[in-house]
Amino acid sequence: MDIRIPVGTWIKSFFDWLEDSFSWFFEGLREVLIWMFDAVDWVFATPPALVVIALVAFGALLARGWRFAVGSVVGLLFIMSVNQWDNAIDSLALVLVAAFLAVAISIPLGIWAARNDTVSKIVKPVMDFLQTLPAFVYLIPALALFRVGVAPGIIATLIFAMAPGVRLTELGIRGVDKEVVEAGQAFGAHPRRILRQIQIPLAMPSIMAGINQIIMLSLSMVVIAGLVGARGLGGDVAQAISALNVGLGFEAGLSVVVLAILLDRFTASFGKGLGLYSRWRKSYVAKKEAEEQARFDAEIIEVGGPRRSPGGGAG
Amino acid sequence: MNDDTIALRAEGLYKVFGRHADEAVIQLHRGTPRDELPSGTTAAVIDASFEVRSGEIFVVMGLSGSGKSTLIRMLNGLHDATAGSVEVAGERITDIPAKRLREIRQKRISMVFQHFALLPHRTVLDNVAYGLEIQGMPLDERVARARKVTEIVGLKGWEEKHPAELSGGMQQRVGLARALAADTDVLLMDEAFSALDPLIRREMQDQLLELQAELGKTIIFITHDLNEAMYIGDRIAVMRDGRIVQIGSPEDILTNPANDYVEQFVQDVDRTKVLTAESVMRKPRAVVHVGAGPRAALTTMRDEQLAGAYVVNKDRTIVGWVRDRDVFDLVRRGEKDLAPVIQADHGAVATDTALADLFIPSLEAALPLGVLDGRSRLVGVIPRVTLLAALGGEPEAAATATPRPDPLPAEVVDKVLGAAVGARAAEPKEAV
Ligand SMILES: Nc1ncnc2c1ncn2[C@@H]1O[C@H](COP(=O)(O)OP(=O)(O)OP(=O)(O)O)[C@@H](O)[C@H]1O
Ligand SMILES: [Mg+2]
Repeated sequence: MDIRIPVGTWIKSFFDWLEDSFSWFFEGLREVLIWMFDAVDWVFATPPALVVIALVAFGALLARGWRFAVGSVVGLLFIMSVNQWDNAIDSLALVLVAAFLAVAISIPLGIWAARNDTVSKIVKPVMDFLQTLPAFVYLIPALALFRVGVAPGIIATLIFAMAPGVRLTELGIRGVDKEVVEAGQAFGAHPRRILRQIQIPLAMPSIMAGINQIIMLSLSMVVIAGLVGARGLGGDVAQAISALNVGLGFEAGLSVVVLAILLDRFTASFGKGLGLYSRWRKSYVAKKEAEEQARFDAEIIEVGGPRRSPGGGAG
Repeated sequence: MNDDTIALRAEGLYKVFGRHADEAVIQLHRGTPRDELPSGTTAAVIDASFEVRSGEIFVVMGLSGSGKSTLIRMLNGLHDATAGSVEVAGERITDIPAKRLREIRQKRISMVFQHFALLPHRTVLDNVAYGLEIQGMPLDERVARARKVTEIVGLKGWEEKHPAELSGGMQQRVGLARALAADTDVLLMDEAFSALDPLIRREMQDQLLELQAELGKTIIFITHDLNEAMYIGDRIAVMRDGRIVQIGSPEDILTNPANDYVEQFVQDVDRTKVLTAESVMRKPRAVVHVGAGPRAALTTMRDEQLAGAYVVNKDRTIVGWVRDRDVFDLVRRGEKDLAPVIQADHGAVATDTALADLFIPSLEAALPLGVLDGRSRLVGVIPRVTLLAALGGEPEAAATATPRPDPLPAEVVDKVLGAAVGARAAEPKEAV
C-alpha cells in the first residue's frame, strides 16, 4: 500500500552532488552575476532620479511618441513619490541582467532547434517543463547553489523566462517562407549566410515578441526573487506580506506595474515604425529617394539639353 | 549531338519521399506501379532522362502533383536525387560535396520562383544584386551590374523600392532580373508566371522570349499551362504521375501525341498559336512560270479548276499572281506575254507564321494563301478549308477539301483555247 517513489531524495542527492563537485563553478558564476547586477544598477542609480526620468522620457519619445513619453514621466514620478525609486532601480537591474542572459541563451537555442529536428524534439518538452514547474520551486536549488542574494534571483528568473524566447525564435525561423530560403540556396549561399541574411531578419518580429515575453516574465519573477533576498521591489513586497502591511505592499506592487508597462511598451515598439526615431528615418529615406530622382532627372536633361538648346535658344 | 551543345543532362532520375526510398526505386525499376508502393512512400519522379541543349527553352509540363517541381529542384540540388544523375555543363552535380554544389549554383545555374521569393527586407536593387553578392563581387561592380539588369527588365526608377511596393508582375521581373544578373548559363523557372494574371503573363512570356533570343540562355521552364508551354517551348516534356511520357517539339506533341493521356491533355490547346503555316500548308497546285505564255497558264488553271494561279521565277521565288479571266482575255486577244496581267499583291506569308495570324491574310487573298520560305520561294499554299480543318484538329480532312469555287467553266476555256489553236501553232505547255 505504502509505495513511495523517493523522487525527492534522488533530486536532492543530485543537487548535493552538483554542489559538491561544481562548487567552484557556481561560486564563480555567482560572482559574475553579482558583478553584472552591480554594474547595471550603478548605471541607473548613480545619476539623480530626475535625470534618469528625463532620459527615459526622451527614449520613450524616440521609440513611440509623446504620449508614451508623458505616460512614462507620470509613472516614474509616481514611483519616486512613493519612495520606491531605489527598489525599482534594483529590480530593473535584475530584470535587465536576467533577461539579457535569457535572450543570449534562448535565441541561439531556438535557432539550433529550428535547424535540427532532433534538437527541436528534445528542447520542446524541456521548455514546457521549465515553464510549467511552479516558479518557487526553482528558488530552492538556486538558493542551495548560489546562496542568498541577487544571484539565485537572477538564475531562477532566467530559467523561468527562457522558454518563450526559445519557442518564438524557433517558430519564427521555421515560419520563414520556404521559397525565400530556397532562393538563398539556389544562388549558392552558405547556410550560415542564409541564416544571417534571410532567416533571422525575416523571423525578427517573432524573435522580438519572444524578447518581449522574456522581459515580462522576468518582471513577474522579480517579486518572487525578493523572497530569496534579492534586493528591489520584491523585497518590499515580501516584507509587506510578512508584516501584513497593505500600504507598503500596494506601493511596491504598483511600482512593479509601472515598470512592467514601461518595459513592455519599449520592447514591443522595436521595429514597428512608431515614434520620432522612425519618423526621422522615414524622412531621411524619402530625402535620399528624392535626391536619387533629382539625379535621374538631371541626367536626362543633360542628355536632352544640348540637342534642344541651339534651336530652342535661337527661336 | 556532341557534348558542348548540351547544357544539362538528366539520367535515370528518381525521387522518392518517405521511408525505404532506395527499396522503392528498385521496385519501381522492376515495374511495380507507383500506387502499389507501401503507404508513406511517395514516388514523385520516376526514371526521368532528358538532355537540354544549350540555348534551348525546355518546358516541363504536367498536371498538379505530377512531379514537376520535384524534378526541377533536383536539377540544382535543392532536392537530392534518390537515384540517377544530373550533369550541368558536363559536370555531375549529384553526390558532390556541398561546397562544390554551392559553387555550381553560383556560376552555372540560377532559378526563378513561382511566388517570386524576393527578400522582402531588401530593395529591388539589392535583390537583383543578391546572386552577385554571394558570388563575392565587390559592391560597386555588383551595383552597376544590377542597375543594368534592372533596366533590361524594365524596372528603371524602381531600384530603391521594396518588393512589397511592387505589383506581382514587377516582382517577378525582379525575380527574373536576379537570376539574369547572376549570369549563369542555365535558368530554372518553376511556374514562374503562374501567379500572374493572364495579360501580364503574356507580356512576361514575350519578354522572356526576347531576352532569351538576345542572351542565349538555356531555360528550363515548368508550367501546367499548355498554351504557355506551346508558346515558349522549343521542346516540351509532358509528365504524368512522376514519369515523363513524351518529349518533343510543340507541334510534335500536338500532331503526334504519344498516348491518350497526352492527346487528352492537348485537346484544349489553342492550336492557332502553336501550329504554323508550314504545318498545315498543301503543295501548290496551280503555279506558272513567269516566262510561260498566257495559253500555258490558262491550261494549268483549267486542269486544276482554279480561278487564279501564282506566278514564280525559275528558282520558284514568287513574282505575283494572275486571275483566270485576265489570262482568258490575253489568250483571246492573242497576246504572248503574261506580264501585263500579273498582280504583285500576292499576300503570301512566311512558313513560321502562327495559324492565328493567317485568318486575315487568308480572307484578303483571292487565291489559297501562299506560303514562302526564307528565300521568298513559294513552298506551299493554304486553302481556307484547310485552315478551318486544322482548327478542328483534323489536318487530314483538309487534304480532301474541295477547291475554291468559281473558276471559269471548262467549256468556255476550251472553246477559246481551241479557237486559238486553230489560228496559230500551239504554245509549248510549261505550267508546273
Ligand atoms: N517534401 C515532400 N515530402 C513528401 N512528398 C512530397 C514532397 N514534395 C512533394 N511531394 C509529393 O510529390 C508529388 C509531386 O509533387 P510536386 O510538387 O513535384 O508536383 P508538381 O508537379 O510541382 O505540382 P504543382 O503543379 O502542384 O506544383 C506530389 O504527390 C507531392 O505530394
Ligand atoms: Mg510545383
